[in-house]
Amino acid sequence: MGLLSDPNRRRALISLLTRLNAPICGMPVDWLVKTMQARGLEVFTQRFSRTLPFPDENNERYIVEGTNVYGILRAPRAPRTEALVLSAPCSPGDDNNQAVGLLLGLAHYFRNQVFWAKDIIFLVNEHDLIGMQAWLEGYHHTNTTGMDWSPLQGRGGSIQAALSLELSSDVVTSLDIVLEGLNGQLPNLDLANLFYAFCQKIGVLCTIQGRIQRNDWDSVSGYSHAVQTMMLMVMKQASGRSWGDHGLFLRYHIEAATIKGINSFRQYKTDATTVGRLLEGMYRKLNNLLERLHQSYFFYLMPSLSHFVSIGYYMPAFGLLAVILLLRALDLWVQLATPPSRNEDGVADIEQSSTGVLSVLTPLVISHLTGAALYMLPVRFQEMAVEHFQVSETEAVVLTAIAVYTGGLALPHNTHRLISGEGTEQGWRVLKLVAVLYLAVLLGCTALINFSLGFILALTLVPVASFVTPHVPKLLSAVVLVILSPAFTLLFSVFIFQELQEMPVSFQDGWMLYLSVISQGILDHYLYGSLVYPLIALMVYPCWLLFWNILFWK
Amino acid sequence: MSALLKRSCSHNMLAAIIMLIFICFCVHFQNTAGQFFSSGHTNNWAVLVCTSRFWFNYRHVANTLSVYRSVKRLGIPDSHIVLMLADDMACNHRNPKPATVFSHRNMELNVYGDDVEVDYRGYEVTVENFLRVLTGRLPPSTPRSKRLLSDDRSNILIYLTGHGGNGFLKFQDSEEISNVELADAFEQMWQKRRYNELLFIIDTCQGASMYERFYSPNIMALASSQVGEDSLSHQPDLAIGVHLMDRYTFYLLEFLEDIHPASKSNMNDLFKVCPKSQCVSTPGHRTDLFLRDPGSVLITDFFGSVRKVEITMEAIHLTDPILHPMSEEVQEKTYSYVDQLPVSEIIHQKPKQKDWHPPDGFILGLWTLILLVFFKTYGIKHLKHIF
Repeated sequence: MGLLSDPNRRRALISLLTRLNAPICGMPVDWLVKTMQARGLEVFTQRFSRTLPFPDENNERYIVEGTNVYGILRAPRAPRTEALVLSAPCSPGDDNNQAVGLLLGLAHYFRNQVFWAKDIIFLVNEHDLIGMQAWLEGYHHTNTTGMDWSPLQGRGGSIQAALSLELSSDVVTSLDIVLEGLNGQLPNLDLANLFYAFCQKIGVLCTIQGRIQRNDWDSVSGYSHAVQTMMLMVMKQASGRSWGDHGLFLRYHIEAATIKGINSFRQYKTDATTVGRLLEGMYRKLNNLLERLHQSYFFYLMPSLSHFVSIGYYMPAFGLLAVILLLRALDLWVQLATPPSRNEDGVADIEQSSTGVLSVLTPLVISHLTGAALYMLPVRFQEMAVEHFQVSETEAVVLTAIAVYTGGLALPHNTHRLISGEGTEQGWRVLKLVAVLYLAVLLGCTALINFSLGFILALTLVPVASFVTPHVPKLLSAVVLVILSPAFTLLFSVFIFQELQEMPVSFQDGWMLYLSVISQGILDHYLYGSLVYPLIALMVYPCWLLFWNILFWK
Repeated sequence: MSALLKRSCSHNMLAAIIMLIFICFCVHFQNTAGQFFSSGHTNNWAVLVCTSRFWFNYRHVANTLSVYRSVKRLGIPDSHIVLMLADDMACNHRNPKPATVFSHRNMELNVYGDDVEVDYRGYEVTVENFLRVLTGRLPPSTPRSKRLLSDDRSNILIYLTGHGGNGFLKFQDSEEISNVELADAFEQMWQKRRYNELLFIIDTCQGASMYERFYSPNIMALASSQVGEDSLSHQPDLAIGVHLMDRYTFYLLEFLEDIHPASKSNMNDLFKVCPKSQCVSTPGHRTDLFLRDPGSVLITDFFGSVRKVEITMEAIHLTDPILHPMSEEVQEKTYSYVDQLPVSEIIHQKPKQKDWHPPDGFILGLWTLILLVFFKTYGIKHLKHIF
């Protein structure tokens, strides 16, 4: 039994794929509807439209309108309470032209089986993530991102698991699984294990992060290979964006992963029928599930497909970093409680009584106002920026963001006029106490939700936060503080990411990439609700500004 | 004289020979008669229980159905079998061959067949129902097919399978039966004379723990694994996608397929089923509570329902029929059914009792009283104005 056992089906699948070798996307809705209906599915379409806050230069779109087409294969004997989803994004060009063919072939094969206990929804979404977001919102009757979509006419019960296919050629040398989703959320580890188990069984080479795993864990090079794979996963998770169409499912507690076919220069190639057998096996396993995948870990890092680091191992590392902040706060608290005897400045003794927590309110408010400006100004005033400067909207947004960020650096010189207790020893200690505790809580909460983001921020911010005082050498520490600020961390991450993927870039290209990363981050927030941009603009940046204030206290 | 002696001698010898033959015949009859009543039971019952549900526990249902099949084939009728299956595998949505339950790979043997009679199905298989079946304490409305109507001359086979542990057996993912409860249930059965001899077979992980606590006489127990060992499943079928049978019951089924109603295999052969080389776990048995020697106990004493038949060549004379003395004078009373519904009461109903209202005059009187009291307090001269 299986996809290869029937020669007629094998031939039908191959003919479908070769016919589809020409790019079909630009979304032939009518052809898809007709083909799916011919396969015996219940076919429905959904129209959606969205105007992006500013043009997306990576994908070259501004006003997005599209149609999703999906066909539901009803389980022959089961009640319609549960469903599985198989999706293939339809992007214009050669990007994903084989996935739809494989999807239709699988639909044809699945229709003839009697053992399906869940409905299977075959979804072809247009404009990848935007279409997927529209479909998911329509399916679950939520509207969180302000998109405009037509309601779904057909539904299939609560979705238990989903797989997204990306296949650009009809033969592949390896299959890659992509797990990182929106806001760094990951599917249950059992889904990755399922993929790996089937790859072993069918004999397909499988990879994660596009890297083949090595068996020599003892040697230095083998170990560093694994560490690099894990670092790639950390960076992808920290970016908070969804690295495949599956990432948007995770928010609805649906375990999902993306399977990409990679065609590189290896001798041994697997054809689409083998990939189809692998997917068929995975879907049969998911079909036999009685409850949602929940037995294995939800928080993990994978140095290779057969090894994982669970939250129990990596959280203590972060915990130790957070303890540094707490110890520093304790130290400051003790210092504040027992004021040292002053023999030079009698005025300071009188002023000590007047400084309390309220005195730090001013720097706090001003920092957060700057953060709010960083969050709101770039998108709001892009038209004004475009009028005055000769830049495109995207560049206007990004450059405004960088401008506001850099402008915040000038604040300490101006806020001093507003606060009482300026220049006092007591004042900066209170401010630092509040700032350190604020940073500790912020990093802790971030690490719980998106561990990689929290860890990277902790690595860069905790050392400076602990050591910055008005008494350290100003120029050196100012430079260090700027180098370790979130913006520069992002810049370095971009270079390191490219390095890890074995595609190092020159400084020019790196800078352009950095600008596009910022614009993508802002777009992700507006389109799908990614929280990285608001977190950094509204929380991490003001916190960092507080430390900048402390540095320039006098 | 010597001729007479010789004749008497030969007569004596003949008489002695005839006596010897007669005695031999008697002894032979006694042996046959002894054999006839050696086991002490007159009827057979079987209680077969599968305690786990869900598709991946397909093998437990297949285990129970294969024992059911053997027991039915060897002669126990459905009326004497209580079959309890916790889930329906044949009609499960995930079954690629609906209406079948296979026990051998490549779908060689369908143990579901056409004439399976399941007495307790689905959520009815609970610890409470199982213990009620064993002890006979069922509500009066329970149909006969769900009762274990055994007596003190019944040999009962009890087969349990599912997931178990040290001292317990899991029912339906939500409750357990412990070995103490089971032992007490068997003691109740003994005291109520509900069995003559009992054979208890259990195929679960750590199954031997379930028979450790038995203390009632005439119980023989077999288990598929010792305490601390797991019972393993046999083979998966790649088309159906689940494991089809457990090892112990698989080899038990193979052994039972060779048994026919006239076979003379005894319990010692049953103890040898599935040695460690085949089963990976070590099957165990317990015979200390059993009064007879296991070597003299036939397999068909428990697995089959062997009717003892004695063939006789003599004619039996029946007496004349007894005539009914009052057959002519007996009145033919017509009988009719009692009314199921009291129709007469429904049609000629008493009027429904309305809510009680006080009679109308009462309200008038009440107001008069109020007025009188009013005028009494405020002076009688006002009353004069009215009257």
